[in-house]
Amino acid sequence: MERMRFSVYRYNPETDAGPSMRDYEVDGLAPGMMLLDALARIKAQDETLSYRHSCGEGVCGSDGMNINGRNGLACITPLEGLGQPVEVRPLPGLPVIRDLVVDMEQFYRQYRAVKPYLINHDPSPEVEFRQSPAERERLDGLYECVLCACCSTACPSFWWNPDKFLGPAALLQARRFLADSRDQATEERLDGLEDAYKLFRCHTIMNCVQVCPKGLNPTRAIGEIKQMMLKQFI
Amino acid sequence: MNARGQEVERRRFDTLVIGAGGGGLRAALQLAQADASVAVVSKVFPTRSHTVAAQGGMNAALANVLPDNWHWHMYDTVKGGDWLGDQDAIEYMCRAAARLVIELEHFGVPFSRLDNGKIYQRPFGGQSQNFGGEQAARTCAAADRTGHAILHALYQQNIRARTHFFDEYFALDLLKDREGYILGALVLCIETGEPLVIEAKTTLLATGGAGQLYRTNTNAHINTGDGMAMALRAGIPLQDMEFVQFHPTGIAGKGMLISEAARGEGGYLVNREGERFMERYAPHAKDLASRDVVSRAIATEVREGRGCGPEGDHVLLRLEHLGADVIHQRLPGIQSMVGTFLRIDPVTAPVPVFPTCHYTMGGIPTNRFGQVVAPERQGPEEPVIGLYAVGECACVSVHGANRLGGNSLLDIVVFGRAAGNHIIEYLKEARYHRPLDPESIEQPLARLARWDERRGGETVSGLRSELQRVMERHCGVFRTEEVLQQGVLEVRELERRLQQVTLSDRSRVFNTARIEALELENLMDVALAAVSSALARRESRGAHSRIDYPRRDDEHWLKHSLYFRDGGALDYKPVRMKPRTVEPFPPQPRVY
Repeated sequence: MERMRFSVYRYNPETDAGPSMRDYEVDGLAPGMMLLDALARIKAQDETLSYRHSCGEGVCGSDGMNINGRNGLACITPLEGLGQPVEVRPLPGLPVIRDLVVDMEQFYRQYRAVKPYLINHDPSPEVEFRQSPAERERLDGLYECVLCACCSTACPSFWWNPDKFLGPAALLQARRFLADSRDQATEERLDGLEDAYKLFRCHTIMNCVQVCPKGLNPTRAIGEIKQMMLKQFI
Repeated sequence: MNARGQEVERRRFDTLVIGAGGGGLRAALQLAQADASVAVVSKVFPTRSHTVAAQGGMNAALANVLPDNWHWHMYDTVKGGDWLGDQDAIEYMCRAAARLVIELEHFGVPFSRLDNGKIYQRPFGGQSQNFGGEQAARTCAAADRTGHAILHALYQQNIRARTHFFDEYFALDLLKDREGYILGALVLCIETGEPLVIEAKTTLLATGGAGQLYRTNTNAHINTGDGMAMALRAGIPLQDMEFVQFHPTGIAGKGMLISEAARGEGGYLVNREGERFMERYAPHAKDLASRDVVSRAIATEVREGRGCGPEGDHVLLRLEHLGADVIHQRLPGIQSMVGTFLRIDPVTAPVPVFPTCHYTMGGIPTNRFGQVVAPERQGPEEPVIGLYAVGECACVSVHGANRLGGNSLLDIVVFGRAAGNHIIEYLKEARYHRPLDPESIEQPLARLARWDERRGGETVSGLRSELQRVMERHCGVFRTEEVLQQGVLEVRELERRLQQVTLSDRSRVFNTARIEALELENLMDVALAAVSSALARRESRGAHSRIDYPRRDDEHWLKHSLYFRDGGALDYKPVRMKPRTVEPFPPQPRVY
């Protein structure tokens, strides 16, 4: 693989009339390298390329982007096997600030909207809340989300109604607290999700599941919330 | 005035917190809950802070698995730090630990559980029962994603408390008046490129470590010692910067962290002969000796020709015997990371590892309330009014010459909270903001304006890689006078060349080239602090291992180093050997 070709979305609002794709060739690449390594080399050639990145190992969620048409984290996307030129674009559906950097405020607002924190009205015991391993296991597949927005920005329902549909990431968080044996706000949380859009705009297209870099399953979480609502209703 | 000749915008808060990792967020939460107005400035969205990458867990003597108490934890921490830690601060931290883990659990942290519903705890390096006896199990864990679990829960609690966040703002410098009060900071909005003055009665630095000093490190790209360098530029010294922790098990050649939890759960290291070599270096604790000991052992095995692989440049971490269930349940993050970066399944194949820069024991000197302290008229530890620091950027000092695994998440929560409480008390007295002299923002604005100038042909990425190589070669696991001397010269030369960098991107909006340049300036200051302090310390203690001075020398060197940016001067201050309520642990030979 040594040398690879990349086509990268570029847009600087100060200097460019509109976005364009710019081609780069990168030398000295080796098997085992990730897309983020290639972007670092591109940036060494051309400092003007902006993208977010931090941990470099898929846990901070900074470098979500669209790679050959599919959302993913650059730092854990191996270069090997990517078709060339590798097309790198910002996450779709969010306003572009510059190059690969998108404005995530809409996404964060939806996250905050689900009250993503434990609510427990009991006086705090002097020891930990007891939780059995089985109860704890229900949080697996929910708490690991890194808020990279790969899922929500791959979701057609989110593209159409980013302000009204909460999107897969926020709904996964909603389920994370609904599933927690220590949380006492089930009713309040379910009531908060009850309208035509917030939850019910999910049409189980499952793009979120396909792209989640952490292997999580927001569609299943959404289904579980719907079931909880149904039970509450009956 | 900003670059366009406009007045720089100003905002005012009671407290400014710089950095949104666990330390900053824990402090901010304490303040927000006390109805102080608090602004958190972070160069990345809070959950991207490096706390998120902590894996193994957080120490607290809950005794959920094996007998334990805080006093044993204190002993282990003092010994782990090779007696350089301040025993009053260590006592405070270990006593507070259990309560604060419980508090985090109440905040919603999804800790792993035991059958009786209590928090799961695993053994970690350097832990003992009964002051050096049998292995303890003190590390509270959420699988191997404990940092992620804690950081997200703390951010979530801050959302609930309606803390004010300035996400993606880069702090340029502290604002200081003529009497030495710290009155806030000049920060840069990364999205717009506009500077902003944040005035505050108190400022808390919680900017994390400086792992990017080294070529292979376990750290995020953002860990560039920003707060440490800001303190240096404000005339505050850095303490004990020669003590840099090399984690024994970074993925060989790449640096990603394989948590100590891997050995805590029963993993062990072997050399090319398949020998469990740690038995030779630490007959009692073996693979769970403290990190400096294990790192030196690995480096020695490789140096003496017993390394693995075609180049003989690493050793192997064996986990296969743990079985698929334990690995899947307790080390899922490790399994996935090793799969991603090495295409290895640790259930079936050993993992190549080598020591990798992981943690900065040194930092901005503080007392156990998080107040920054510096030598002044009255003595070596006078508070700098209005300035606090917690976490990896600070040196309180609980980690001494070597940090124990699981004590870092504890450190940030304990001292984040303590600093929050002290600030709340201070704010009761400090009713009004002191007037901000317009002159005080000129120097930080000049720092920013420098990057609009055309200079020579040097580049940020070029100099950064050179700096990382120099630090790797000249300030690594093993050190000598000659190698360190050369290191100081080479860093000084790189510092000179930094003046010759010209940015090819001088636009405003989300200009990451400019941010990286500012970060490199910070790294350069911190590198000089580390290598200069290391050159001066003629003994071996904890992570600072001098081949030419192989023994610990308590007679001359049981003291903290203080490095000043001005002229690169060094000073020293005594270690606080006296705990608050228990007998001191006097220095002993350190064997594991």
